[in-house]
Amino acid sequence: MNEAAHPMESILRMDRMPHIWCPGCGIGTVVTAFAMALQQAGIPLDKIAVVSGIGCSGRVAGYIKLDSFHTTHGRAIPFATGLKLANPELTVVVISGDGDLIAIGGNHFIHAARRNVDIKVFCINNFNYAMTGGQLGPTTPEPAITTTSPYGAFENPFNLPFLAEGSGAVYVARWTALHIRRLTKSMTEALLKKGFSFVEIIAPCPTLYSRRNRLGDGLDELRHYHDKSVIKHGADTRELDISYRDKIVMGKFVDRERPTFVEALDKRFTEVFGKKYEPYGKVAT
Amino acid sequence: MKADAKGVLTGAHYLDGDHACAEGALAAGCRFFAGYPITPSTEVAERIASRFPLVGGLFVQMEDELASMAAILGASWAGKKSMTVTSGPGFSLMMENIGLGAMTETPCVIVNVQRGGPSTGLPTLPGQQDMMQARWGSHGDYEIIAVVPNSPQECFDLTIEAFNLSEKYRVPVMVMMDECVGHMTERVDIPAASELEVYNRKLYDGPKDQYLPYKVENGNGQVPLMANAGDGYRFHITGLTHDERGYPAMNAEVQQQCVSRLMDKITGNAADICRYEEHRLKGAEVVVVTYGISSRVTMRAIELAQAKGLSVGMFRLITAWPFPEKRIKELAEKVKSLVMVELNMGQMVHELERCVAGRAKVFLSPHAGGWVHDPDDILKLIQEAAK
Ligand code: SF4
Repeated sequence: MNEAAHPMESILRMDRMPHIWCPGCGIGTVVTAFAMALQQAGIPLDKIAVVSGIGCSGRVAGYIKLDSFHTTHGRAIPFATGLKLANPELTVVVISGDGDLIAIGGNHFIHAARRNVDIKVFCINNFNYAMTGGQLGPTTPEPAITTTSPYGAFENPFNLPFLAEGSGAVYVARWTALHIRRLTKSMTEALLKKGFSFVEIIAPCPTLYSRRNRLGDGLDELRHYHDKSVIKHGADTRELDISYRDKIVMGKFVDRERPTFVEALDKRFTEVFGKKYEPYGKVAT
Repeated sequence: MKADAKGVLTGAHYLDGDHACAEGALAAGCRFFAGYPITPSTEVAERIASRFPLVGGLFVQMEDELASMAAILGASWAGKKSMTVTSGPGFSLMMENIGLGAMTETPCVIVNVQRGGPSTGLPTLPGQQDMMQARWGSHGDYEIIAVVPNSPQECFDLTIEAFNLSEKYRVPVMVMMDECVGHMTERVDIPAASELEVYNRKLYDGPKDQYLPYKVENGNGQVPLMANAGDGYRFHITGLTHDERGYPAMNAEVQQQCVSRLMDKITGNAADICRYEEHRLKGAEVVVVTYGISSRVTMRAIELAQAKGLSVGMFRLITAWPFPEKRIKELAEKVKSLVMVELNMGQMVHELERCVAGRAKVFLSPHAGGWVHDPDDILKLIQEAAK
């Protein structure tokens, strides 16, 4: 009997398996949800590019069988901006971690959202820098233990949906790695949405974050999500802070229309130049 | 290939170096620009912003130079000839992704209109103090190409050359202008598009499932064939050390192959890349080696020296990196001494000394920037070098 093909074979780089992620890590689940979302969205796979930065989550691009770019720390969004603006025909997805996208890459995040560059940003939030051994990150809740907050974190963490909405994102959602079906649906919606779309995925890092904070193994952390998460579509993003071991509000919070960067540019130049101007969104493909 | 006429502003113009550089980019086929304003380079961005809408180009002003550099790499992988422009402080920020560009072999052009440094230094005044940074600024071992124009006409010509070299060798190419050259206004002749040679990257067109992004085909000068995102090759690119498939490989053998080829494709093709200009070198006892604005001042010093009966000529770098090592070695065998004139406290002189390797004496006319050399100071050094 032939060995059955992996259902995701058309989307994953099977020649790179096994992947580097730890058992129980939430990143693999996010990749599965993404692969399913790609199938559901029905966009031709040759026209989708994935860009990652650096970190455990930054390795996602390396396992996806699409045009895929593993870039520098924090710069996935501006790299993706160049890719998308140079060829508007592409669907460009950024998948990376909270430290990469929000700390070192935070400035790029808010400006890409402000410009409404038509990229999809899927941020895997595991509350710490995992690749380097579990340090304090921009989302680490108070008073979580990390190697650089050995006595407990005391900084105020970012509320990512609030940051995304405030910066101009047209689509904002949050799920945990436990809520695969809903996460897949959100990713599919984001893939098909025009404009800067943001999905935060709360994911367990059993090796570092959960262990140091006595949250148990990957399964225990998922159980924690199960017990603590509440779905509240359309919730006010100001109220989405995640406190240590407290409830996690999930759902789709923002779904609105704003002209994308290229639409705004075409509108402006058409007003100024009239017929002399060929809309970029059409000619560039 | 001939240039796309849409971007070529054929005719005789009166332009400063910054504007001429922008026109060179347009003529070369640059259709993506990402940048961040910084004196004294901003005029390049301004010209591009005003010219791009009607030639089908996309200009985006990014939030900083880190982003600008990342964006032009992304755009290049989408198939566009891409450029950014900056000066010292921004150049420092770009170093991170210049390394990614070198490692992933991404064609792109970075223009640096040099001002006095370090740090904020002299925003509106000239320097040539980023010459070593251009070569060594990002971490790790790699090679880049850098050209150094000395007039607005050359800002036009060499920007085209920079794009051609970046596409041919798949490497970041730097146009190392200086504030004087950027802001001086002179006649610039822009030929007809039919007279302008442009080079476009060689694309892989074999079977889709057999594409190896970093496999070198015989006869392509150590340069792998590229594929653009969206063309169906579904390739992977990483800043990690990678094998022919573009996949990460964390071991010393692959590292050796990967890094060696990045360097060999430039050093091994130096004869094709390197350009320089020689002035009255025949029989000269002293050769002044210089570049950019310093070469224009040196011309005056050479006239003064010749009036005094000294046997002196000039060797002008047009390509700074790779350094024209072979020719310098030949000259060093023939002359008594070489004098480096540059607007810094001694940068390219180190490369000169390395190549001369004691065959002749080497002198430096240093200058901290903010103004150009006094021709009399250069003259004095020539006189000393001739002794
Ligand atoms: S260290 Fe944490 S985030 Fe990284 S692979 Fe392991 S579990 Fe996942």
